[in-house]
Amino acid sequence: MTSSMPHAAAGASDAEAAEGRVYTVSGEDWDEIIAAANEAGDFESGERIVVNMGPQHPSTHGVLRLILTLEGETVVEIRPAIGYLHTGIEKNMEYRTWTQGVAFCTRADYLMPIFNETAYCLAVERLLGIEDRIPERAQIIRVLMLELNRITSHLGGIAPMGLELGATTIYTQGARLRGGGGGGGERALDLLELITGLRMNHAFIRPGGVAQDLPFGGLEAIRAFLSMAPGLVHDLRTLIDANPVFIGRNKSVAYLDLASCMALGVTGPMLRATGLPWDLRKSQPYCGYETYDFDVPVTDTCDAYGRYLIRMDEISESLKIIKQCVDRLAARGPGGRATDPVMIRDAKIGWPAQLSLGPDGLGPSPEHIAHIMGQSMEALIHHFKLITEGFRVPAGQAYAAIESPRGELAAHVVSDGGTRPYRVHLRDPSFTHLQSVAAVCEGGFLADLIPAIASIDPVMGGVDR
Amino acid sequence: MSGPEETPKAGPGETRGSGAPQGPKPPSADVAPAEADGDLAARLGQARLSAPVERTGMFGVQDTPDTSGYGLLRVHRARPIESPRPYGSYFDEVADALGDALQAGGLGFSEAIERVVADRGELTFYVRRERLPEVAAKLRDDPDLRFELCSGVSGVHYPEEVGRELHAVYHMLSITHNRRVRLEVSVPDADPHVPSLVSVYPTCNWHERETWDFFGIIFDGHPALTRIEMPDDWKGHPQRKDYPLGGIPVEYRGAKIPPPEDRRHYS
Repeated sequence: MTSSMPHAAAGASDAEAAEGRVYTVSGEDWDEIIAAANEAGDFESGERIVVNMGPQHPSTHGVLRLILTLEGETVVEIRPAIGYLHTGIEKNMEYRTWTQGVAFCTRADYLMPIFNETAYCLAVERLLGIEDRIPERAQIIRVLMLELNRITSHLGGIAPMGLELGATTIYTQGARLRGGGGGGGERALDLLELITGLRMNHAFIRPGGVAQDLPFGGLEAIRAFLSMAPGLVHDLRTLIDANPVFIGRNKSVAYLDLASCMALGVTGPMLRATGLPWDLRKSQPYCGYETYDFDVPVTDTCDAYGRYLIRMDEISESLKIIKQCVDRLAARGPGGRATDPVMIRDAKIGWPAQLSLGPDGLGPSPEHIAHIMGQSMEALIHHFKLITEGFRVPAGQAYAAIESPRGELAAHVVSDGGTRPYRVHLRDPSFTHLQSVAAVCEGGFLADLIPAIASIDPVMGGVDR
Repeated sequence: MSGPEETPKAGPGETRGSGAPQGPKPPSADVAPAEADGDLAARLGQARLSAPVERTGMFGVQDTPDTSGYGLLRVHRARPIESPRPYGSYFDEVADALGDALQAGGLGFSEAIERVVADRGELTFYVRRERLPEVAAKLRDDPDLRFELCSGVSGVHYPEEVGRELHAVYHMLSITHNRRVRLEVSVPDADPHVPSLVSVYPTCNWHERETWDFFGIIFDGHPALTRIEMPDDWKGHPQRKDYPLGGIPVEYRGAKIPPPEDRRHYS
């Protein structure tokens, strides 16, 4: 990372000729640097300072490092540095079976685990050629989970944004809806936990369907959530929408118009805030989204406030979709392996164990264990082969894109015909959008940087993978 | 992912032969080299591309495809090499429009595009690397194409494809026409240079840095091709197939667990 002004300090070097005085900071030597700069008269002449914001700063949404060049309060130049959370998820997936890959990619963008899983599974299913054989019930549960996750993700962006702007109440109001700290299973994260066993990193969507059906009492819990959520969304909007401080901090901040969005590959709420109603759920539907009734919210303000409004509107639209999912599931009656499965009817792909949620977490169902251990040698062999070796996926490549809370999330998956992915690449919207930081922040005030980054809503788990 | 293609001999873990579905046969040398326009990098890689994939047995078994009776998911289908016309869907329109646009620029379709693959509902243009910026510019600007959005670059490393080991894969999206295409460029490991697309699609900036970082593909003309995920002083490109995983054997309750690369594995 370079920047074209005096870096910091003691002892200038060769770079001086090109970049002015260069200081080298080695830590705990601030006094010496100040003294050196005073001596050289740098404070009187230049007035440009470089601030290293992050990688551990409460308002950089994770381990994001921003190298800022400031002229007074104005940000002259900004360079994001990333890679602090690189965990090699893509490489790791090449050494596990296709099914195990889900457990890795779910950890990429940890605020939208279900979306990572779905993008990957859709790509694997396209490679397998089983896209139209996924059971209807599994598709409905996928949509249900995706929309629940969209709500938690949007709240995970908006609520801390309030905190970063200095308003604790926005955070607590958001957390009331988002949940995650117990509370009777009626809040969004608690619902995800009830259904999958975990608040995040679910590994719930699998190639061929989903890991398990909704648990006993699941629909009732979602209904309870649906009856309460609109009120909480309303509370939050009453608090923020017309709040003069919030508007003052967000309106006309972080401007990015349509042409810039196209050039920078920006999608999602940032693109829809320019007035273009581009939503893959409508334009290139997957998981049966074409059969649901919902709207695509847009504004034409191109700013941070418009993006906030879109996210709030999308929460309401998600609630609408969840309601339709619940109605459909209720109309189908209780599921069952034979009658209404949630995993593809293909013994060579579908995970053999009907998973069930026990007191100690998710595991194979007792009936299945009894079957393979006591009744059928063939079933045991089949189970063993599928679990240890996994299934093979015909050679080729596929690119499956879905509309994540942040924009186009896609998985580029390559198979060489083996039991493990040859290459998986997650095209993460946070990674792409973070490139626009310089475009939206340079020339603005330092204080505007905070809502600007919050409105881009990058999640470093997805950026670095 | 190891094992030379030409000698399908039993090895622990994986054996992969190229040949007809029944019995291993040397890789077909009769894959017409004439159809390659001459400068297609290497015939070896091409022969492998054209050979149907066949799997032999697990754990070194040669005469039967599987040791357990559970082998019905054997792969019969090779990666598609080239699709004949018509490609189906909107793919023919896109190919025609791209051909016309290139023609208007004084470039023949086959001068820029090596081959076209339509597979699993996705269209792939294999682009000659020197023509990549022109093709991308046409895809972006031609009114019949209008692929405004580039989803970035994804690298893939195929060490067995001699002469074309490194692939850079671009996914384009047209919002105007609601279409997608994929561009794929392959370059030899010895000369891993691909022209940068940053001037056409600025969004490729970080994506190209990432692909350089992970695969070592050098994007000529990139404004600042530095590492992005790995530390600046990192050696090697970690997502290449030949990148060592490292590790030491770990003893657990009397048993030695070998490091990842030495473990027995399928496929």
